[in-house]
Amino acid sequence: MTKATRRGFSAGAALTVLGLGKAASAQPAPVKIGVIYPLSGNSASAGNYSKMAIEVGADVINNGNAELAKIIPLAKGGGLPGLGGAKIQLIFADNQGTPAAGQNQALRLISEEKVAALIGAYQSGITLTASAIAERHGLPFLTAESVAANLTERGFKWFFRTTPVAIDFARAYSTFLKEQKAAGQKVGAIALVHENTEYGNSVASVIADQFGKDGLPITQKIAYSANSSDVQPQVLQLKEKNPDVVIFISYTSDAILYAKTMKELNWKPSIMIADNAGFNDPAFLKAMGSTVEGLVNRSAYSGGKPGSVPAIFNELYKAKAGVELDDVSVRGLQGFLVLADAINRAGSTDPAKIQAALRATNLPAEQMAAGYDGVKFDDKGQNVLASSVVTQLQGGKYVTIFPKARATANVILPYKGW
Amino acid sequence: MSITLVQVIVSGLLLGAVYALFSSGLTLIWGMMNVVNFAHGDFVMLGMYAAVMIWTALGGGPFAAVPVAAMLIATLGIVSYFLLVRHIMRGPMLAQILGTFGLALFLRYSAFWYFGADFKTLPDTIVGGSFVLGGVRFEGSRVLAGGMGLAITLALHLILTRTAIGSRMLAVSEDATAAQLMGIRPQRMQALAWAMAGAATGIAGALIANFFYTSPTVGETLAIIAFVTVSFGGFGSVLGALVAGLIIGVVESLSAYLIGPVYKDVVVYILFVLVLWFRPQGLMGKA
Repeated sequence: MTKATRRGFSAGAALTVLGLGKAASAQPAPVKIGVIYPLSGNSASAGNYSKMAIEVGADVINNGNAELAKIIPLAKGGGLPGLGGAKIQLIFADNQGTPAAGQNQALRLISEEKVAALIGAYQSGITLTASAIAERHGLPFLTAESVAANLTERGFKWFFRTTPVAIDFARAYSTFLKEQKAAGQKVGAIALVHENTEYGNSVASVIADQFGKDGLPITQKIAYSANSSDVQPQVLQLKEKNPDVVIFISYTSDAILYAKTMKELNWKPSIMIADNAGFNDPAFLKAMGSTVEGLVNRSAYSGGKPGSVPAIFNELYKAKAGVELDDVSVRGLQGFLVLADAINRAGSTDPAKIQAALRATNLPAEQMAAGYDGVKFDDKGQNVLASSVVTQLQGGKYVTIFPKARATANVILPYKGW
Repeated sequence: MSITLVQVIVSGLLLGAVYALFSSGLTLIWGMMNVVNFAHGDFVMLGMYAAVMIWTALGGGPFAAVPVAAMLIATLGIVSYFLLVRHIMRGPMLAQILGTFGLALFLRYSAFWYFGADFKTLPDTIVGGSFVLGGVRFEGSRVLAGGMGLAITLALHLILTRTAIGSRMLAVSEDATAAQLMGIRPQRMQALAWAMAGAATGIAGALIANFFYTSPTVGETLAIIAFVTVSFGGFGSVLGALVAGLIIGVVESLSAYLIGPVYKDVVVYILFVLVLWFRPQGLMGKA
């Protein structure tokens, strides 16, 4: 943990206000953006890494970065030119890992802090409640990482989502597995193990649907609570049926328990897929990386050549957080950059103008920090240019293995584990 | 009976012994002074961090971490008693609840500040992997924790019921004023109870850290189990916590395996409510 975050916590664990850039007398008032993340609770490590990524983004816009300025117009420094050089002020709020706290924090940010827009909230179940508050108050809410399908099916007018969603992942996994089948791997029995809140349930059902259409048999479905203190029975259920492929949809604490328990009970499938989230948390990799060698995952982050947007941001982020950008933190950063771009084009903190600017967003692939094909929203607020790659943990690092066009390494099967 | 089912029951028993291990400190405090320590889960959490720190800094096996964690948390128990608990005990029930709850939040967020939000785990080579006995797999660190759980709860039970110091502690819990008239110093006995509870809790934390993740919020996850175990077994009864822990561990494992992991809490809590229905004082609590 870096000094910067410790200071963040000492300033108050539930709420941290970071004033970025000192306002001079002639300077326009800063634009406040509310950021809701799990800063405590079981997903706090993921939330804190995303927080640092967004702080890096705000710092680039407020204070500039010469290299990035060649590619991203807003990176010249000096705040948002569309608002006369107003700086961005991030107001962080802790959702404590519960939908109720997320909702309260959204309300507080809107009514007390008078933020111009909201971004958050990591867990789909919390994004669900927090964005409903923004909708009621007519304020833009952007989620950069919540993937539950129904979030964009509510007919909301103020809700935007930059991340690829479950159906994109399901298709990627399905094509990947069919390719492995053609190469001689057994995929005759597939188990789906998922936590039972909004995120796990919805992603599991989308994967089950897609696999059903593609003729990939799901033979076992295990739902569990992410706050479980013990996962031995689940692993024993898997061990008994012994499927060829297991897909985990988990948060961090449960991901650690699964990795540990599978080793304890000495069972592994020949292909193990983790749907991001917990298995992608830097804290998980630090703690358990050596026991899940060969794990297949998805990612929106796939590095990039030196001098590219992701590579530059990765350097800035590494200096601050001490770890490399990963799928979750890069999506958070990307979401923030999209929101900042829209506020700049709106030229105002009027919610309706920001909403109109978000609708008109059209960012090209080369400006992306995340590995998307760009950002462009459909009528439901979903980014239609979002995409993700399939990665594998090789030698303690995630490398891209699928699709072929973006692969940086060959897939190694069967799953090695520990 | 299939071998997997035997494995499930064995896992459940070991889990239950661990539940008993980290619940014994909570039930001891209640039995001694009718105070519910809401910071109990966070005491366990600090015991876990003590073990993690000792391992990362000094290497060394659980044999170094366990006594150090025991001493650290025992000290924390004594300090909490003299600085906080002694004073709030004179206040109304609500003050006691909020007092230890405040202590819980203080400890939890101090851990956030000092250790960060990251999850930590210990390398699992230390307590020697796992072994197979009659087709059933036993994991060294869990067997150690479960075994120590049994040993510590039994030891606490014997100290309270078979020794002079135990009798004095029980005398204070029955009637502090009368005990004082007999020449027993209530505050000293109560501080001793906090120290013993702290030591048991520190040992629990250090042993659990072997097979569980350590994070500032892990106390929340564990505290709920401790409260259920203690009220199931009977507030104040160390032996009750042991029996309740074992029952909960097995019921949880079996229902997760046979019915489904999302239903295990339903089964455990139905059982819990039924026990409280017929025996509000818990399995072994005093009526």
